[in-house]
Amino acid sequence: MTAIDLTSASVVERAQRISEDVAGPNAEAVDRHARFPVESVEALRVGGLLASLIPVDLGGGGAGIREVADVVAILGRGCASTAMVYAMHQIQVACLVRHGRTPVLAAYLREVAADGLLLASATTEVGIGGDVRSSSCAVERSPGRFHLTKEAPVISYGAFADGILATARRTPASPASDQVLVVCRRAHTRLEQRSDWDTLGFRGTCSNGFTLTSDDDDAYVMPDSYADISSQTMLPTSHILWASVWLGLATAAVDKARGFVQAAARKSPGSTPPAALHLAELVAVHQQLADLVQSAARRYDEAWGVDDREVVEAMGFVIAMNALKVSASQLVVDIVSRAMQICGMAGYSNGSPLSLGRLLRDAYGAALMVNNDRINANNAQLLLVHRER
Amino acid sequence: MTDDVIRAVLAEHGRLAVDVAALDPDADLYQVGLTSHASVNVMLALEDSFDFEFPEQMLRKRTFESIAAIRAAVDGLTRAEVD
Repeated sequence: MTAIDLTSASVVERAQRISEDVAGPNAEAVDRHARFPVESVEALRVGGLLASLIPVDLGGGGAGIREVADVVAILGRGCASTAMVYAMHQIQVACLVRHGRTPVLAAYLREVAADGLLLASATTEVGIGGDVRSSSCAVERSPGRFHLTKEAPVISYGAFADGILATARRTPASPASDQVLVVCRRAHTRLEQRSDWDTLGFRGTCSNGFTLTSDDDDAYVMPDSYADISSQTMLPTSHILWASVWLGLATAAVDKARGFVQAAARKSPGSTPPAALHLAELVAVHQQLADLVQSAARRYDEAWGVDDREVVEAMGFVIAMNALKVSASQLVVDIVSRAMQICGMAGYSNGSPLSLGRLLRDAYGAALMVNNDRINANNAQLLLVHRER
Repeated sequence: MTDDVIRAVLAEHGRLAVDVAALDPDADLYQVGLTSHASVNVMLALEDSFDFEFPEQMLRKRTFESIAAIRAAVDGLTRAEVD
Protein backbone atom coordinates (compact mmCIF):
# COMPACT_ATOMS: atom_id res chain seq x y z
CA MET A 1 0.00 0.00 0.00
CA THR A 2 1.36 3.38 -0.95
CA ALA A 3 1.31 6.10 1.66
CA ILE A 4 -1.73 8.28 1.26
CA ASP A 5 -1.38 11.99 1.68
CA LEU A 6 -4.75 12.58 3.26
CA THR A 7 -4.29 16.22 4.07
CA SER A 8 -3.57 18.03 0.83
CA ALA A 9 -5.72 16.14 -1.68
CA SER A 10 -9.34 17.08 -2.39
CA VAL A 11 -12.17 15.15 -0.77
CA VAL A 12 -12.84 13.24 -3.97
CA GLU A 13 -9.13 12.45 -4.49
CA ARG A 14 -8.84 11.20 -0.92
CA ALA A 15 -11.92 9.02 -1.42
CA GLN A 16 -10.40 7.59 -4.60
CA ARG A 17 -7.16 6.71 -2.85
CA ILE A 18 -9.00 5.07 0.04
CA SER A 19 -11.29 3.16 -2.31
CA GLU A 20 -8.47 1.87 -4.50
CA ASP A 21 -5.76 1.33 -1.90
CA VAL A 22 -7.72 0.26 1.19
CA ALA A 23 -11.41 -0.54 0.65
CA GLY A 24 -11.04 -2.41 -2.66
CA PRO A 25 -8.16 -4.71 -1.64
CA ASN A 26 -9.98 -5.65 1.58
CA ALA A 27 -13.45 -6.05 0.09
CA GLU A 28 -13.20 -9.81 -0.47
CA ALA A 29 -12.01 -10.49 3.08
CA VAL A 30 -14.67 -8.20 4.56
CA ASP A 31 -17.30 -10.10 2.58
CA ARG A 32 -15.95 -13.58 3.27
CA HIS A 33 -15.67 -13.14 7.01
CA ALA A 34 -18.61 -10.72 7.38
CA ARG A 35 -16.25 -8.47 9.27
CA PHE A 36 -16.37 -4.73 9.77
CA PRO A 37 -14.11 -2.86 7.30
CA VAL A 38 -11.98 -1.45 10.13
CA GLU A 39 -9.05 -0.35 7.98
CA SER A 40 -11.28 1.51 5.49
CA VAL A 41 -13.23 3.31 8.19
CA GLU A 42 -9.97 4.19 9.94
CA ALA A 43 -8.65 5.63 6.66
CA LEU A 44 -11.85 7.65 6.26
CA ARG A 45 -11.43 8.92 9.81
CA VAL A 46 -7.75 9.83 9.33
CA GLY A 47 -8.60 11.46 6.01
CA GLY A 48 -11.24 13.64 7.67
CA LEU A 49 -13.95 12.19 5.47
CA LEU A 50 -16.20 11.17 8.36
CA ALA A 51 -16.61 14.90 9.07
CA SER A 52 -17.17 15.99 5.45
CA LEU A 53 -20.78 17.04 5.89
CA ILE A 54 -20.24 18.98 9.12
CA PRO A 55 -20.11 22.76 8.63
CA VAL A 56 -16.67 24.37 8.71
CA ASP A 57 -17.54 26.48 11.77
CA LEU A 58 -18.11 23.26 13.71
CA GLY A 59 -14.78 21.84 12.57
CA GLY A 60 -16.01 19.79 9.62
CA GLY A 61 -15.32 19.77 5.92
CA GLY A 62 -18.34 21.86 4.93
CA ALA A 63 -19.21 19.60 1.99
CA GLY A 64 -22.69 19.38 0.50
CA ILE A 65 -24.75 16.29 -0.13
CA ARG A 66 -23.60 16.08 -3.77
CA GLU A 67 -19.96 15.85 -2.83
CA VAL A 68 -20.72 13.26 -0.16
CA ALA A 69 -22.79 11.30 -2.69
CA ASP A 70 -19.77 11.30 -5.02
CA VAL A 71 -17.56 10.02 -2.19
CA VAL A 72 -20.05 7.25 -1.43
CA ALA A 73 -20.13 6.13 -5.08
CA ILE A 74 -16.32 6.14 -5.25
CA LEU A 75 -16.11 4.00 -2.11
CA GLY A 76 -18.84 1.70 -3.43
CA ARG A 77 -16.70 0.93 -6.46
CA GLY A 78 -14.13 -0.56 -4.09
CA CYS A 79 -16.25 -2.04 -1.30
CA ALA A 80 -20.02 -1.69 -1.02
CA SER A 81 -20.02 -2.45 2.72
CA THR A 82 -17.54 0.37 3.38
CA ALA A 83 -19.64 2.71 1.23
CA MET A 84 -22.80 1.71 3.08
CA VAL A 85 -21.22 2.30 6.49
CA TYR A 86 -19.97 5.69 5.32
CA ALA A 87 -23.40 6.54 3.84
CA MET A 88 -25.29 5.56 6.99
CA HIS A 89 -22.89 7.58 9.13
CA GLN A 90 -23.42 10.65 6.92
CA ILE A 91 -27.20 10.23 7.14
CA GLN A 92 -26.95 10.57 10.93
CA VAL A 93 -24.59 13.53 10.59
CA ALA A 94 -27.06 15.18 8.21
CA CYS A 95 -29.85 14.84 10.79
CA LEU A 96 -27.66 16.47 13.44
CA VAL A 97 -26.46 19.24 11.11
CA ARG A 98 -29.96 20.18 10.04
CA HIS A 99 -31.95 19.50 13.19
CA GLY A 100 -29.47 19.75 16.07
CA ARG A 101 -29.67 23.48 16.51
CA THR A 102 -29.06 23.56 20.25
CA PRO A 103 -25.78 24.44 22.00
CA VAL A 104 -25.43 20.90 23.37
CA LEU A 105 -26.00 19.20 20.01
CA ALA A 106 -23.77 21.69 18.19
CA ALA A 107 -21.04 20.92 20.73
CA TYR A 108 -21.59 17.22 20.08
CA LEU A 109 -21.20 17.76 16.31
CA ARG A 110 -17.97 19.63 17.04
CA GLU A 111 -16.82 16.55 18.96
CA VAL A 112 -17.89 14.25 16.11
CA ALA A 113 -15.73 16.34 13.76
CA ALA A 114 -12.72 16.71 16.06
CA ASP A 115 -12.53 13.08 17.20
CA GLY A 116 -13.75 11.45 13.98
CA LEU A 117 -16.67 9.77 15.74
CA LEU A 118 -18.70 7.18 13.83
CA LEU A 119 -22.49 7.45 14.13
CA ALA A 120 -25.02 4.67 13.60
CA SER A 121 -28.79 4.39 13.55
CA ALA A 122 -31.47 2.43 15.40
CA THR A 123 -34.76 3.14 13.64
CA THR A 124 -36.37 -0.29 13.32
CA GLU A 125 -37.77 -2.07 16.34
CA VAL A 126 -38.73 -5.60 17.30
CA GLY A 127 -42.51 -6.03 16.99
CA ILE A 128 -43.02 -3.03 14.69
CA GLY A 129 -42.32 -4.87 11.43
CA GLY A 130 -40.09 -2.48 9.56
CA ASP A 131 -42.27 0.65 9.77
CA VAL A 132 -39.69 3.20 10.87
CA ARG A 133 -42.39 5.81 11.37
CA SER A 134 -43.77 3.90 14.38
CA SER A 135 -42.14 3.19 17.71
CA SER A 136 -43.14 1.08 20.63
CA CYS A 137 -40.32 2.13 22.99
CA ALA A 138 -40.59 5.56 24.61
CA VAL A 139 -38.32 8.20 26.08
CA GLU A 140 -38.74 8.27 29.86
CA ARG A 141 -37.71 11.54 31.45
CA SER A 142 -36.75 12.55 34.93
CA PRO A 143 -35.64 16.13 35.64
CA GLY A 144 -32.81 16.87 33.22
CA ARG A 145 -32.32 13.20 32.26
CA PHE A 146 -33.70 10.64 29.86
CA HIS A 147 -33.84 6.85 29.85
CA LEU A 148 -34.41 4.70 26.79
CA THR A 149 -34.56 0.95 26.27
CA LYS A 150 -35.03 -0.25 22.69
CA GLU A 151 -35.10 -3.74 21.16
CA ALA A 152 -33.44 -3.14 17.79
CA PRO A 153 -33.53 -6.04 15.30
CA VAL A 154 -30.60 -4.42 13.46
CA ILE A 155 -28.13 -1.71 14.31
CA SER A 156 -25.66 -1.58 11.44
CA TYR A 157 -22.08 -1.56 12.81
CA GLY A 158 -23.61 -0.88 16.23
CA ALA A 159 -20.68 -2.54 18.00
CA PHE A 160 -18.27 -0.13 16.25
CA ALA A 161 -20.25 3.09 16.60
CA ASP A 162 -19.40 5.98 18.91
CA GLY A 163 -22.98 7.21 18.92
CA ILE A 164 -26.36 5.83 17.85
CA LEU A 165 -29.36 7.91 16.81
CA ALA A 166 -32.45 5.99 17.97
CA THR A 167 -36.13 6.65 17.36
CA ALA A 168 -38.64 6.39 20.20
CA ARG A 169 -42.04 7.70 21.17
CA ARG A 170 -41.83 11.22 22.60
CA THR A 171 -43.27 10.12 25.98
CA PRO A 172 -44.67 6.86 27.37
CA ALA A 173 -48.16 8.35 26.77
CA SER A 174 -47.49 9.31 23.12
CA PRO A 175 -49.05 7.47 20.17
CA ALA A 176 -46.73 5.21 18.13
CA SER A 177 -46.32 7.80 15.37
CA ASP A 178 -45.28 10.70 17.63
CA GLN A 179 -41.55 10.03 17.63
CA VAL A 180 -38.35 11.80 18.57
CA LEU A 181 -34.72 11.06 17.69
CA VAL A 182 -32.39 10.42 20.62
CA VAL A 183 -28.60 10.73 20.44
CA CYS A 184 -27.23 7.76 22.41
CA ARG A 185 -23.58 8.43 23.16
CA ARG A 186 -21.42 5.37 23.62
CA ALA A 187 -20.27 6.20 27.16
CA HIS A 188 -23.89 6.50 28.24
CA THR A 189 -25.26 3.55 26.29
CA ARG A 190 -25.19 -0.22 26.72
CA LEU A 191 -25.64 -2.66 23.84
CA GLU A 192 -26.43 -6.32 24.40
CA GLN A 193 -26.19 -8.32 21.19
CA ARG A 194 -29.36 -10.31 20.44
CA SER A 195 -28.82 -11.61 16.91
CA ASP A 196 -26.15 -12.14 14.25
CA TRP A 197 -25.78 -10.68 10.78
CA ASP A 198 -25.16 -13.46 8.27
CA THR A 199 -26.65 -12.28 4.98
CA LEU A 200 -26.02 -12.72 1.28
CA GLY A 201 -24.63 -9.22 0.83
CA PHE A 202 -23.48 -6.11 2.66
CA ARG A 203 -21.89 -8.52 5.06
CA GLY A 204 -19.36 -6.01 6.34
CA THR A 205 -22.03 -3.71 7.77
CA CYS A 206 -22.25 -6.11 10.75
CA SER A 207 -25.90 -5.20 11.31
CA ASN A 208 -26.49 -7.31 14.38
CA GLY A 209 -29.56 -7.00 16.59
CA PHE A 210 -29.14 -5.38 19.99
CA THR A 211 -30.98 -4.34 23.10
CA LEU A 212 -30.00 -0.70 23.47
CA THR A 213 -30.17 1.01 26.85
CA SER A 214 -29.21 4.66 27.20
CA ASP A 215 -29.28 7.10 30.12
CA ASP A 216 -28.05 10.64 29.57
CA ASP A 217 -28.75 14.36 29.78
CA ASP A 218 -32.13 15.05 28.13
CA ALA A 219 -30.48 17.69 25.94
CA TYR A 220 -29.52 14.70 23.73
CA VAL A 221 -33.18 14.20 22.79
CA MET A 222 -33.36 16.14 19.53
CA PRO A 223 -35.85 19.04 19.57
CA ASP A 224 -37.52 18.53 16.16
CA SER A 225 -40.13 15.80 15.78
CA TYR A 226 -38.85 12.70 14.00
CA ALA A 227 -41.63 13.19 11.43
CA ASP A 228 -39.90 16.39 10.29
CA ILE A 229 -36.37 14.99 10.59
CA SER A 230 -37.42 11.95 8.57
CA SER A 231 -39.22 13.68 5.72
CA GLN A 232 -36.91 16.68 5.37
CA THR A 233 -33.54 15.05 5.97
CA MET A 234 -33.27 11.37 6.80
CA LEU A 235 -35.44 10.09 3.97
CA PRO A 236 -33.93 12.15 1.12
CA THR A 237 -30.37 11.76 2.42
CA SER A 238 -30.84 8.00 2.83
CA HIS A 239 -32.28 7.46 -0.61
CA ILE A 240 -29.62 9.59 -2.31
CA LEU A 241 -26.68 8.07 -0.43
CA TRP A 242 -27.92 4.48 -0.64
CA ALA A 243 -28.48 4.94 -4.37
CA SER A 244 -24.91 6.27 -4.53
CA VAL A 245 -23.67 3.04 -2.92
CA TRP A 246 -25.52 1.07 -5.60
CA LEU A 247 -24.14 3.33 -8.31
CA GLY A 248 -20.65 2.59 -7.02
CA LEU A 249 -21.14 -1.15 -7.02
CA ALA A 250 -22.80 -0.97 -10.45
CA THR A 251 -19.72 0.88 -11.69
CA ALA A 252 -17.54 -1.92 -10.32
CA ALA A 253 -19.61 -4.42 -12.33
CA VAL A 254 -19.26 -2.32 -15.48
CA ASP A 255 -15.49 -2.17 -14.87
CA LYS A 256 -15.35 -5.96 -14.96
CA ALA A 257 -17.55 -6.25 -18.06
CA ARG A 258 -15.43 -3.65 -19.82
CA GLY A 259 -12.26 -5.50 -18.82
CA PHE A 260 -13.64 -8.72 -20.26
CA VAL A 261 -14.66 -7.17 -23.58
CA GLN A 262 -11.44 -5.22 -24.01
CA ALA A 263 -9.32 -8.29 -23.25
CA ALA A 264 -11.24 -10.17 -25.96
CA ALA A 265 -10.81 -7.26 -28.38
CA ARG A 266 -7.05 -7.23 -27.82
CA LYS A 267 -6.85 -10.89 -28.79
CA SER A 268 -8.42 -10.25 -32.20
CA PRO A 269 -8.03 -6.67 -33.36
CA GLY A 270 -10.28 -5.94 -36.31
CA SER A 271 -13.21 -8.08 -35.22
CA THR A 272 -15.61 -6.70 -32.62
CA PRO A 273 -16.18 -9.25 -29.85
CA PRO A 274 -19.84 -10.40 -29.61
CA ALA A 275 -20.07 -9.14 -26.01
CA ALA A 276 -19.19 -5.58 -27.09
CA LEU A 277 -22.79 -4.99 -28.09
CA HIS A 278 -23.95 -6.08 -24.64
CA LEU A 279 -21.38 -3.73 -23.12
CA ALA A 280 -22.88 -0.85 -25.09
CA GLU A 281 -26.32 -1.75 -23.72
CA LEU A 282 -24.92 -2.12 -20.21
CA VAL A 283 -23.25 1.28 -20.30
CA ALA A 284 -26.54 2.86 -21.39
CA VAL A 285 -28.31 1.39 -18.36
CA HIS A 286 -25.45 2.46 -16.11
CA GLN A 287 -25.78 5.98 -17.44
CA GLN A 288 -29.48 5.95 -16.50
CA LEU A 289 -28.55 5.07 -12.93
CA ALA A 290 -25.75 7.62 -12.74
CA ASP A 291 -27.93 10.43 -14.08
CA LEU A 292 -30.82 9.44 -11.82
CA VAL A 293 -28.65 9.55 -8.71
CA GLN A 294 -26.79 12.69 -9.65
CA SER A 295 -29.92 14.68 -10.54
CA ALA A 296 -31.57 13.71 -7.24
CA ALA A 297 -28.45 14.73 -5.33
CA ARG A 298 -28.34 18.06 -7.17
CA ARG A 299 -32.03 18.70 -6.48
CA TYR A 300 -31.58 18.07 -2.77
CA ASP A 301 -28.27 19.92 -2.63
CA GLU A 302 -29.89 23.07 -4.00
CA ALA A 303 -32.64 22.95 -1.38
CA TRP A 304 -30.11 22.11 1.35
CA GLY A 305 -27.82 25.00 0.43
CA VAL A 306 -30.51 27.58 1.08
CA ASP A 307 -32.21 25.50 3.80
CA ASP A 308 -35.34 25.59 1.66
CA ARG A 309 -38.07 23.88 3.68
CA GLU A 310 -40.64 24.70 1.00
CA VAL A 311 -38.91 22.29 -1.36
CA VAL A 312 -38.25 19.44 1.03
CA GLU A 313 -41.64 19.62 2.76
CA ALA A 314 -43.54 19.27 -0.53
CA MET A 315 -45.26 15.96 -1.18
CA GLY A 316 -43.84 15.87 -4.70
CA PHE A 317 -40.31 15.83 -3.27
CA VAL A 318 -41.08 12.82 -1.05
CA ILE A 319 -42.61 10.99 -4.01
CA ALA A 320 -39.55 11.74 -6.14
CA MET A 321 -37.11 10.52 -3.47
CA ASN A 322 -39.14 7.34 -2.95
CA ALA A 323 -39.18 6.75 -6.71
CA LEU A 324 -35.41 7.25 -6.82
CA LYS A 325 -34.91 4.47 -4.28
CA VAL A 326 -37.17 2.04 -6.14
CA SER A 327 -35.67 2.77 -9.56
CA ALA A 328 -32.04 2.74 -8.43
CA SER A 329 -32.43 -0.50 -6.49
CA GLN A 330 -33.84 -2.21 -9.59
CA LEU A 331 -31.28 -0.77 -11.99
CA VAL A 332 -28.35 -1.99 -9.89
CA VAL A 333 -29.54 -5.61 -10.12
CA ASP A 334 -30.10 -5.20 -13.85
CA ILE A 335 -26.60 -3.79 -14.32
CA VAL A 336 -24.80 -6.54 -12.37
CA SER A 337 -26.86 -9.20 -14.18
CA ARG A 338 -25.90 -7.76 -17.57
CA ALA A 339 -22.25 -7.66 -16.51
CA MET A 340 -22.55 -11.33 -15.57
CA GLN A 341 -23.95 -12.13 -19.02
CA ILE A 342 -20.95 -10.41 -20.59
CA CYS A 343 -18.28 -11.96 -18.37
CA GLY A 344 -19.83 -15.43 -18.57
CA MET A 345 -18.13 -18.16 -16.54
CA ALA A 346 -15.36 -15.74 -15.53
CA GLY A 347 -17.99 -13.65 -13.79
CA TYR A 348 -19.76 -16.67 -12.36
CA SER A 349 -16.61 -18.21 -10.88
CA ASN A 350 -15.55 -17.42 -7.38
CA GLY A 351 -11.98 -16.27 -7.09
CA SER A 352 -11.61 -15.15 -10.70
CA PRO A 353 -10.51 -11.53 -11.20
CA LEU A 354 -13.82 -10.95 -13.00
CA SER A 355 -15.94 -12.67 -10.34
CA LEU A 356 -19.27 -10.89 -9.86
CA GLY A 357 -20.58 -12.98 -6.97
CA ARG A 358 -20.13 -10.40 -4.23
CA LEU A 359 -21.49 -7.57 -6.38
CA LEU A 360 -24.55 -9.63 -7.30
CA ARG A 361 -25.22 -10.55 -3.67
CA ASP A 362 -24.78 -6.94 -2.58
CA ALA A 363 -27.04 -5.70 -5.39
CA TYR A 364 -29.95 -7.86 -4.30
CA GLY A 365 -30.00 -6.15 -0.91
CA ALA A 366 -30.94 -2.82 -2.47
CA ALA A 367 -34.61 -3.63 -3.04
CA LEU A 368 -34.95 -5.19 0.41
CA MET A 369 -33.25 -2.71 2.74
CA VAL A 370 -36.47 -0.78 3.37
CA ASN A 371 -38.51 -3.00 1.11
CA ASN A 372 -39.56 -1.52 -2.23
CA ASP A 373 -43.09 -2.80 -1.58
CA ARG A 374 -43.31 -0.55 1.47
CA ILE A 375 -41.97 2.44 -0.45
CA ASN A 376 -44.31 1.86 -3.39
CA ALA A 377 -47.21 1.54 -0.96
CA ASN A 378 -46.29 4.94 0.52
CA ASN A 379 -46.16 6.52 -2.91
CA ALA A 380 -49.43 4.84 -3.90
CA GLN A 381 -51.10 6.49 -0.90
CA LEU A 382 -49.55 9.91 -1.58
CA LEU A 383 -50.53 9.75 -5.26
CA LEU A 384 -54.20 9.53 -4.24
CA VAL A 385 -54.01 13.27 -3.59
CA HIS A 386 -50.80 14.51 -5.22
CA ARG A 387 -50.95 16.44 -8.48
CA GLU A 388 -48.26 18.17 -10.49
CA ARG A 389 -48.12 21.87 -9.93
CA MET B 1 -70.04 24.70 10.40
CA THR B 2 -66.66 24.28 8.68
CA ASP B 3 -65.13 23.25 12.02
CA ASP B 4 -67.85 20.60 12.47
CA VAL B 5 -67.10 19.08 9.08
CA ILE B 6 -63.35 19.11 9.78
CA ARG B 7 -63.86 17.45 13.16
CA ALA B 8 -66.19 14.86 11.60
CA VAL B 9 -63.59 14.07 8.92
CA LEU B 10 -60.83 13.79 11.53
CA ALA B 11 -63.00 11.56 13.72
CA GLU B 12 -63.74 9.22 10.83
CA HIS B 13 -60.36 9.19 9.06
CA GLY B 14 -57.71 10.66 11.38
CA ARG B 15 -57.30 7.59 13.58
CA LEU B 16 -56.34 9.86 16.46
CA ALA B 17 -55.62 8.62 19.95
CA VAL B 18 -57.96 11.23 21.50
CA ASP B 19 -61.58 12.40 21.32
CA VAL B 20 -61.69 14.81 18.36
CA ALA B 21 -64.70 16.69 19.77
CA ALA B 22 -62.72 17.75 22.82
CA LEU B 23 -59.57 18.67 20.85
CA ASP B 24 -58.23 22.22 21.07
CA PRO B 25 -58.20 23.85 17.59
CA ASP B 26 -54.48 24.56 17.98
CA ALA B 27 -53.49 21.11 19.29
CA ASP B 28 -50.77 19.39 17.22
CA LEU B 29 -52.57 16.58 15.39
CA TYR B 30 -49.32 14.69 14.76
CA GLN B 31 -48.68 14.55 18.50
CA VAL B 32 -52.07 12.91 19.03
CA GLY B 33 -51.41 10.21 16.45
CA LEU B 34 -52.09 11.57 12.96
CA THR B 35 -49.85 9.58 10.59
CA SER B 36 -48.91 10.55 7.04
CA HIS B 37 -51.01 7.63 5.81
CA ALA B 38 -54.09 8.79 7.76
CA SER B 39 -53.50 12.41 6.74
CA VAL B 40 -53.95 11.44 3.08
CA ASN B 41 -57.33 9.91 3.93
CA VAL B 42 -58.21 13.13 5.76
CA MET B 43 -57.24 15.14 2.66
CA LEU B 44 -59.40 12.93 0.43
CA ALA B 45 -62.40 13.26 2.76
CA LEU B 46 -61.96 17.04 2.99
CA GLU B 47 -61.78 17.31 -0.82
CA ASP B 48 -64.97 15.28 -1.06
CA SER B 49 -66.78 17.22 1.70
CA PHE B 50 -65.92 20.68 0.42
CA ASP B 51 -65.76 19.79 -3.28
CA PHE B 52 -62.34 21.27 -3.99
CA GLU B 53 -58.84 19.99 -4.70
CA PHE B 54 -55.85 20.94 -2.56
CA PRO B 55 -53.29 22.56 -4.85
CA GLU B 56 -49.84 21.00 -4.88
CA GLN B 57 -48.22 23.69 -2.73
CA MET B 58 -50.68 22.97 0.10
CA LEU B 59 -49.94 19.26 0.17
CA ARG B 60 -47.48 19.40 3.04
CA LYS B 61 -47.45 18.37 6.65
CA ARG B 62 -47.91 21.89 8.02
CA THR B 63 -51.28 22.38 6.26
CA PHE B 64 -52.80 19.59 8.35
CA GLU B 65 -50.98 20.08 11.65
CA SER B 66 -54.04 21.36 13.60
CA ILE B 67 -57.76 21.93 13.23
CA ALA B 68 -57.05 25.66 12.98
CA ALA B 69 -54.49 25.10 10.20
CA ILE B 70 -56.91 22.91 8.24
CA ARG B 71 -59.62 25.54 8.81
CA ALA B 72 -57.37 28.25 7.35
CA ALA B 73 -56.62 26.08 4.30
CA VAL B 74 -60.29 25.21 3.75
CA ASP B 75 -61.36 28.84 4.15
CA GLY B 76 -58.76 29.97 1.65
CA LEU B 77 -59.86 27.41 -0.93
CA THR B 78 -63.61 27.88 -0.54
CA ARG B 79 -63.22 31.68 -0.69
CA ALA B 80 -61.11 31.33 -3.83
CA GLU B 81 -63.95 29.40 -5.46
CA VAL B 82 -66.56 32.05 -4.52
CA ASP B 83 -64.34 34.78 -6.00
